[in-house]
Amino acid sequence: MAYTDRDIATMDTIINRYPRKRSAIMPLLHFVQAHDGFVTGEGIELVAKKLELETAEVSAVATFYTQYKRKPVGEYHVGVCTNTLCAIMGGDEILAGLKEHLGLENDGVTADGKVSLEHLECNAACDYAPVVMANWEFYDNQNVQSAKDLVDSMRAGNPIPPTRGPNSLPTWKENSAVLAGINDGRAGEGVQAGDPSLLGLKIAKKGSKA
Amino acid sequence: MSTLTPVLSAHWDESDSFTIAGYKRHGGYEAAAKALKMEPDAVIQLVKDSGLRGRGGAGFPTGMKWGFIPQGDNKDHYLVVNADESEPGTCKDMPLLLANPHVLIEGMIIASYAIRAKYAFIYLRGEVVHVARRLQQAIEDAYKAGHLGKNIFGSGVDLELVLHIGAGAYICGEETALLDSLEGFRGQPRLRPPFPAIAGLYARPTVVNNVESIASVPAIIANGAEWFSAMGTEKSKGMTLYSLSGHVVNPGQFEAPLGITLRQLLELSGGIRPGHQLKFWTPGGSSTPIFTADHLDTPLDYEGVSAAGSMLGTKALQIFDETTCVLRAVLRWSEFYKHESCGKCTPCREGTTWLVQILRDLENGKGTAADLDKLLDLCDNIMGRSFCALGDGATSPITSSIKFFRDEYIAHVTHGGCPFDSHASTLFATERAGA
Repeated sequence: MAYTDRDIATMDTIINRYPRKRSAIMPLLHFVQAHDGFVTGEGIELVAKKLELETAEVSAVATFYTQYKRKPVGEYHVGVCTNTLCAIMGGDEILAGLKEHLGLENDGVTADGKVSLEHLECNAACDYAPVVMANWEFYDNQNVQSAKDLVDSMRAGNPIPPTRGPNSLPTWKENSAVLAGINDGRAGEGVQAGDPSLLGLKIAKKGSKA
Repeated sequence: MSTLTPVLSAHWDESDSFTIAGYKRHGGYEAAAKALKMEPDAVIQLVKDSGLRGRGGAGFPTGMKWGFIPQGDNKDHYLVVNADESEPGTCKDMPLLLANPHVLIEGMIIASYAIRAKYAFIYLRGEVVHVARRLQQAIEDAYKAGHLGKNIFGSGVDLELVLHIGAGAYICGEETALLDSLEGFRGQPRLRPPFPAIAGLYARPTVVNNVESIASVPAIIANGAEWFSAMGTEKSKGMTLYSLSGHVVNPGQFEAPLGITLRQLLELSGGIRPGHQLKFWTPGGSSTPIFTADHLDTPLDYEGVSAAGSMLGTKALQIFDETTCVLRAVLRWSEFYKHESCGKCTPCREGTTWLVQILRDLENGKGTAADLDKLLDLCDNIMGRSFCALGDGATSPITSSIKFFRDEYIAHVTHGGCPFDSHASTLFATERAGA
């Protein structure tokens, strides 16, 4: 899909945030994913042109970071944490269960284009293990069945909302725009903290009353 | 009496804690207004006097870091906050930013003023969209309130603050790799010296601080250095966030004075899951050598953990019970380091690959007892031989686990594979009691 004048204006806004324009390469690559769904050749050429770089310089950056995808992912990209703690708490079983349920290998996409699957490294939510992410939103304390229910809800077009995130799950492209620094106006949605985040505070308050 | 001291987390239980209104209800942005009436050097001195040390792992004194920025050099200075929280087990900064992004912004205003920076950045990991939303909105609200932008707080001082979002690379949590990434390059560590204080972002004097370090500053300005240094131990001052995860009844965040022990934290939180015993744990993420039940009373401060042979790190207490195969845990961490090695330095790039191959063989029953010596020899050749500490971190779980659990490694050789039932370790294997 072609980039409109409005897209170019958005890219200029992103570039203007930085004292030196090359620093805008990462948000611009997120923006390309918001527009095209992954880092397309067209997107790389456009970023190179905007930043006065060679396309090879942009590709070198795009290929270094795992969140930049070189082929399309699903409308809902599901990641299962299989770093040590989550893996041991059940992440390995969740990933195996989803692979079987969806008939996918790691980095695979369902034929309907709805769901893709990836194993992830630590997502900084270990007190909510095992953790599943969808389009980089938190799904805390998952098990094999809840993860299967989640991907089924995605394929039915009505995804279960995140545990600590907006009231409904945005698409991959929509969330890529947020990562490009575009405010989608949804910061006020969802909880301020989950129960484990509040545990110490709760115990401290109980203690001071006792 | 409770040994917990919620300061950063004091108002996380209020549903609007992340909004500017929620933050101002409890004195938010008053510390910044106060600091901007002080001399910048006096702000640095106050933070030095408080004894605040970096909460990102290294424990370097924050005020001293600020003091290294050359003044009167007619160069741009930068403040960069490291919010690339990715060390396995570490989960304190993301809940902090989800619940209260404004405390970081206020701390950044104070720090930027102290080091005379007119531009500040937050480098946030890319895998947390809702945290990005909350930070972006908080920054916009702070601009609207006149706390960022031109002439902030009517002081004549200007400050631009940009949220920069990463794209999934653990190495960017290393401060010089972070700076390369922020400049628009592949995130690979730089050789030091020069240190960022002299040649950081765009080769200009730069302070790089962890989220929790900067978020601790408003309370220090508001309550004074003595208030802060009254908490903690002799050389490890103040309160901090401890993150408890794994085979415990109640995982979560606990804000306590530095020096609390795991035994105390377990007593407060409900202990190890019923019917099981503590086997091993990390004091501060996967790069810190593992501990066992023998270390339950080790004071969790910079000196205490170090004296016991590990590092305080990020205070990420990952707890594993006797159902856990230590080799499986270590293999998974090793696979992580192999994947995240940026490839710049040969000992780390090649070494982590070899470590994984040998550990996989052992896990699959294809290893020999001699492999243990080979692992230790490899670790010896990785440790201290690269630009950054990623390779060093990769050796920590291996050397420490062989030290404490050599027999378990050997059992994989004699048993012809892993003798553990991995399902027994899962959360689903036993029901967890509620908080």
